[in-house]
Amino acid sequence: MSEATSQKIPVTVLTGYLGAGKTTLLNRILSENHGKKYAVIVNEFGEIGIDNDLIIGADEEVFEMNNGCICCTVRGDLVRIMDGLMKRKGKFDAIIVETTGLADPAPVAQTFFVDEDVQKNARLDAVVTVADAKWLSDRLKDAPEAKNQIAFADVIVLNKTDLVTKGELAEVEARIRGINPYAKLHRTERCSVALSDVLDRGAFDLDRILDIEPDFLEADDHDHDHHHGHAHDHHHDHGHGLKHYHDEEMQSLSLKTDKPLDPNVFMPWLQNLVQVEGGKILRSKGILAFQDDDDRYVFQGVHMMLEGNHQRTWKEGEPRESRLVFIGRELPEEAIRKGFESCIVS
Amino acid sequence: MKEFAPAPDSASIVSVTDRVKPIGLGMAVTSVHFLGGRAAFVGGEENVAFVDSKGEITTVAVHSGGILSTASDGKRLVMGGDAGKVVSLDAKGEATLLATDPKRRWIDAVALHADGTFAWSAGKTATVKSGKAEEKSIEVPSTVGGLAFAPKGLRLAIAHYNGVTLWFPNMAGSAEFLPWAGSHHAVTFSPDNKFLVTAMHEPALHGWRLADNRHMRMTGYPGRVRSMSWSAGGKGLATSGADTVIVWPFGSKDGPMGKEPAMLAPLQARVSVVACHPKNDILAAGYSDGTVLMLRLEDGAEILVRRNGTPPVAALGWNAKGTLLAFADENGDGGLLEL
Repeated sequence: MSEATSQKIPVTVLTGYLGAGKTTLLNRILSENHGKKYAVIVNEFGEIGIDNDLIIGADEEVFEMNNGCICCTVRGDLVRIMDGLMKRKGKFDAIIVETTGLADPAPVAQTFFVDEDVQKNARLDAVVTVADAKWLSDRLKDAPEAKNQIAFADVIVLNKTDLVTKGELAEVEARIRGINPYAKLHRTERCSVALSDVLDRGAFDLDRILDIEPDFLEADDHDHDHHHGHAHDHHHDHGHGLKHYHDEEMQSLSLKTDKPLDPNVFMPWLQNLVQVEGGKILRSKGILAFQDDDDRYVFQGVHMMLEGNHQRTWKEGEPRESRLVFIGRELPEEAIRKGFESCIVS
Repeated sequence: MKEFAPAPDSASIVSVTDRVKPIGLGMAVTSVHFLGGRAAFVGGEENVAFVDSKGEITTVAVHSGGILSTASDGKRLVMGGDAGKVVSLDAKGEATLLATDPKRRWIDAVALHADGTFAWSAGKTATVKSGKAEEKSIEVPSTVGGLAFAPKGLRLAIAHYNGVTLWFPNMAGSAEFLPWAGSHHAVTFSPDNKFLVTAMHEPALHGWRLADNRHMRMTGYPGRVRSMSWSAGGKGLATSGADTVIVWPFGSKDGPMGKEPAMLAPLQARVSVVACHPKNDILAAGYSDGTVLMLRLEDGAEILVRRNGTPPVAALGWNAKGTLLAFADENGDGGLLEL
């Protein structure tokens, strides 16, 4: 991690559909004895009450940027709040932004891409989505916001697992994985997740987009008391007893090659792809091996916005593979695959 | 855009750095204003530090938390804080609580009228308090980005998303809306009351000619404009946000429409704050690398006040007579220059 990056204040975005348990998680984070001070940006005062931290009320005011990019919306209130918070730099260690249950996470994430001053001082650490194990499957059918929140997540806290049967749990996980196989998934009751699993993840940190292999049908942790062995089964037998759901609307697409890419073809292709299809592409991430380039290039994006840079030199013996992931709605899969293949040096 | 010769190297530029009285405030500073004979440096939180001409520092606590907004009329400061309080500070160093937001929301913006009337905003609500009269409030469609009083009459400009609301607090139903898409932050009237200019979230200014509400787009900045200052007499509006000081011409009835701005003092750093001299066509500019320059508006002639190599200059201000210049960087290292 570069020094400039490490000095930036990490920002965790906490999303989740109504009633999933966001406030429970937030209260856990704030009340646990972690020795850290958080500035918490909330929508409703009063639901949380911790004296030690800075609690700031927000209005979720979204506005469109005048930059010709149709999906380039940002949270104006966040820009303003970040500006004010920076006057008190040093008084808190991290920032948590709670969104309302019906919020689209994109404007929040984009605020950290598009605003120069915000970007200078803060870095988006991860989008954490709290999901209700009992009701998520239904919400994914009738609430587009819930689907967006799953698609956007870097970390998914699948909560209230005690209220569902093993079969129901397997089904909801499969539905989540059908939309977003790349997020870290934690099964919890009353949001009892280790704070290190949700905070300071560096999921948006380019230096740490290391493993973008999908986590198909596999939880990253298991509640040892209740589900012992449950997750392990999947290691040995992928998909055992679980259906793989293909969401009709929201998909992920992963691309991979062990041949070098031509940066002069790839970059314009990627730029054009997110310009044209950015409305459909919610998240994108990639690690790239360019021809005649000893450094790995990493990028990530939200809708039309991309950021990327050379991360580090490829290690000796490390396979020089390029891997890309897109999560989005009605992705033109064939066109993307073809376009990507045209970037491979033949 | 016109071409510029490279910046003069430090050997050839006139320097007054040896005449600056250095000041170490030991706190983050956001602005400086002269009250009486002293410079009042406003901290990022809690305190204001008075510095007299000898360089002696007296610190006064004014807020319990962050200080988000400051306005000054040369007699006092009015400051809004993140604990929902509006506090004034006079030249003697006496702090007075002027108002408290009932919900303790952030006071995002404040403004001060020449007659002592002041205004503040919290969320979408702007409030004006005039003498002993009752407070008057107006709600605008989105959070207030900036406030400014018109130089004539009691009229308040309230910047928000997609435009500016102009309001006569003493006339019911008088709010007029000047639309322009985007998020508007700081707002300022030209001293002759003919133009209104906002600094937008995008790196651009937007202006209206108030006689006919004609639009003026002032674009081309690489960064957001955070500092605007009218030249003596109001003929030019100097701004930060680029690697030169951008001065828009407002001398004619059309303002800057169809005209190029003057671009003064190009450096390899962004201009972070500008302050025009109150009487002469001179301005001071602070840069992101810590440089402070004095510039002549007419020809851009430069005098070096402070060398580069520090955090960005955050505060810059002249006293009313224009005989003292005070400045400080973000870390609170600054100086006083007597002319």
